[in-house]
Amino acid sequence: MIETLLQGLLLGGLYCLFALGQSLMFGVMRLTNTAQGDFIVLASYGAITASTLFAVSPTVAGLILVPIAFVFGYGLQRFVLSGTVGPDPLPSLVVTFGLSIVIQNALLELFSADPRAIESGGLATQSIVLPGGLALGALPLLIFAAAVVCTAALQWLFGRTALGRAFRAVSDDREIAELMGLDSRRIFALATAIAFTVIALAGLFQGLRTTVSPADGPRLLLFAFEAVIIGGMGSFWGTFVGAMVLGLTQQVGFRIDPGWGIWFGHMVFLAVLVVRPQGLFPKTRG
Amino acid sequence: MSQALIRVENLTAFYGDAQALFGIDFELQAGETVAIIGANGAGKSSFLKSLTGLLRAPREAICFDGQPIGGLPPGHIVRQGLAMVPEGRRLFPSLSVQENLQMGGFARRPGPWTLARLFSMFPILDAKRHDPATSLSGGQQQMVAIGRALMSNPRVLLCDELSLGLAPIVIKEIYAAVPMFTSEGMSVVVVEQDVAVAQRVSQRVYCFQEGRVALHGRSDGLTREQISQAYFGL
Amino acid sequence: MTAQVIRSTRASQLALWVSIALVTLAASMPWWAESSWMREFVEIACYFIFAMMWNLLAGYGGMVSIGQQAFFGLGGYLMLMLGNFAGVNPFVAIPLAALAAAAIAVPVSWVAFRLQGGYFAIGTWVIAEVFRLSFANMSLVGGGSGTSLTALRGIPKATRESLTFWTALLCVVASVALVYLFLRSKQGLALLAIRDNEIAAESQGIDVRRMKLAVYVVAAFGGGLAGALYFVGNLRISPDAAFSVNWTAFAIFMVIIGGIGRIEGPIIGALIFWALNKFFSDYGTWYLLGLGLIAIAVTIFFKQGLWGWAQHKLGWSLFPTHRHLSN
Repeated sequence: MIETLLQGLLLGGLYCLFALGQSLMFGVMRLTNTAQGDFIVLASYGAITASTLFAVSPTVAGLILVPIAFVFGYGLQRFVLSGTVGPDPLPSLVVTFGLSIVIQNALLELFSADPRAIESGGLATQSIVLPGGLALGALPLLIFAAAVVCTAALQWLFGRTALGRAFRAVSDDREIAELMGLDSRRIFALATAIAFTVIALAGLFQGLRTTVSPADGPRLLLFAFEAVIIGGMGSFWGTFVGAMVLGLTQQVGFRIDPGWGIWFGHMVFLAVLVVRPQGLFPKTRG
Repeated sequence: MSQALIRVENLTAFYGDAQALFGIDFELQAGETVAIIGANGAGKSSFLKSLTGLLRAPREAICFDGQPIGGLPPGHIVRQGLAMVPEGRRLFPSLSVQENLQMGGFARRPGPWTLARLFSMFPILDAKRHDPATSLSGGQQQMVAIGRALMSNPRVLLCDELSLGLAPIVIKEIYAAVPMFTSEGMSVVVVEQDVAVAQRVSQRVYCFQEGRVALHGRSDGLTREQISQAYFGL
Repeated sequence: MTAQVIRSTRASQLALWVSIALVTLAASMPWWAESSWMREFVEIACYFIFAMMWNLLAGYGGMVSIGQQAFFGLGGYLMLMLGNFAGVNPFVAIPLAALAAAAIAVPVSWVAFRLQGGYFAIGTWVIAEVFRLSFANMSLVGGGSGTSLTALRGIPKATRESLTFWTALLCVVASVALVYLFLRSKQGLALLAIRDNEIAAESQGIDVRRMKLAVYVVAAFGGGLAGALYFVGNLRISPDAAFSVNWTAFAIFMVIIGGIGRIEGPIIGALIFWALNKFFSDYGTWYLLGLGLIAIAVTIFFKQGLWGWAQHKLGWSLFPTHRHLSN
């Protein structure tokens, strides 16, 4: 049982990485990125291509991928998404939904529907043995650690830096922030750029941990979304906790019956929505 | 006659298809305090928005220190030295008092106003510097809003309805602080619905009515009748 | 000087007569048209009805949903269960399934309405996934691989195809009429008021929550109708086909191309979609990729959709729900 719980927490680490980008983009711009999962899959394929084309280790693939993702995210926001930011949710929804379809089909054309994975060089099979005889996979632990680091980093960025202040100001009141001299379009583009670096990491880890195929995107999106809602909007540690809860629930569900694992996760999400719609740790806005 | 710090000529402005301003002429000399009065919807806030770049205006219609600035982005205008205290304060709820002030200093210009100076001028804000800005009382929030505008060291301070929603004694305190800024050579434009207050704090008054200037002159030179007529368009 | 409130324009009156002529012509098709045409019509009818309902929900109700396929699939499965297990005639089961889907929409709304905006959209998707997974685990209806509609086994093929065709035609006319009359009514005016400014509408005494629920239920009815109809035509159902998000994707595409919030929009969008489908669907992934790019481009550059853009430029209006003053 403890093993199940621990595995659930480690799975939560991965879900946290899925969700952080979404939380960030929604927090700063009220923009719902329905292609979140597809971009994660795209990053996975990017890592796969990098590692096979250049015969590099996953670490190097990740190092290549992260700055590319940053620039890509910046450009995407600046040139494609910037017109969709605003009180009406429809344009951003349609555009990101369209992107989702474009990505899925492009990947299908380029890579076919066969599942692929990144060569991890043994990392996926290594495990660490805890006192008491419990063995935990090295990769899941690494992912969990990455999730903690990313969450802490984002929380620090938002709470303690000038850029974070700018993010919060622009999300509170875009007009007045511009009155103070902020270029809101550039700020939004930076937010998306940062979100995409986390997406790149998520894609890298997903490809290391398991196989990916072009149609995986929507499933990952729903996990990311559920983590954000369960945890409560407006707080990165909230997203982290939400991801933990989701991971735990799914893992317990899988244990009971493999066919119902994901369903359990959905039910817990719906239950939170009914009982405590603001999530477990919502950030209260003044 | 020295060149006006702000000169506005025949300013027109639209919200979409609806016209808000119909050819406004306006002038502000360095060191002056000018008041703009008028009923709701007269165009006072729209005018300030045009000055600060939040509302599109023709380039040549607004000149700041001889430079045409109409329609330029707000960031550019702030860096020229024009700052606004918006109507309703509009502090950032997610930021603390100190962070709100720091945002004001984003487009910093050289000058005497710093966080330290503001905190010594308004000690109550110093005590609450890390509290969420919107947890303060109305009057205190107004002080934060003014401080936020001051942080960019502007040459011209635009104040949009400082008295909105505040008790008379608080309004008195706030307006008592205004001369402190002008003594440093700052020019101030005060938009007010309260005519008496406006006349008291300013040297000249403009009265707006339905998007036009209905009356302007020295604050101590205009009679109550003149003002009522202009205010209500009689 | 008083002004009159005019509803219809000359163009709209002409369009009405043309529509009646077209419907009458279409009704005669089983006697002279090829059966593949009729099957195509049934399929496009389902897409169209579903798009109309999505348009009602998003354009008039202000609720953007990526989960309407929940009711499409529900309609299909409920029709099948009524037909296979309760001995109900599947054609009769279509409206019954739609009603049941509408009824289920009420408790679903208790959960879905907890969210707003973009998160409402994804939340509805989660709910649709819950339905999909639930039905995939039900061995009664074949679980993950689905099952067939056995209730129509005894009927000769030609009869079945004609009946399906006429049912589809009836459903299309009924859906258009339903939405049109709804929007012209007092409720419809309230809906437009809410769409323009929710807070102002509330202060006028309009019960916003009830109106939104009403729209959601109507859209669920239409979605269920489309789903039940589709699987009567298809004869075979599976959870992945019934609850696929592609239904909503295509509906979004049709409405965006045609223009959201206008009744004519889904019609134009459905026609364009049918044409694109006809000529390009063989290209598989490239076709879908192209659709996605078109939707993105139209959203960014033609915010009101192609029909909306034409309407704005030329002042056309075929389905007069706008009232304009004449002096």
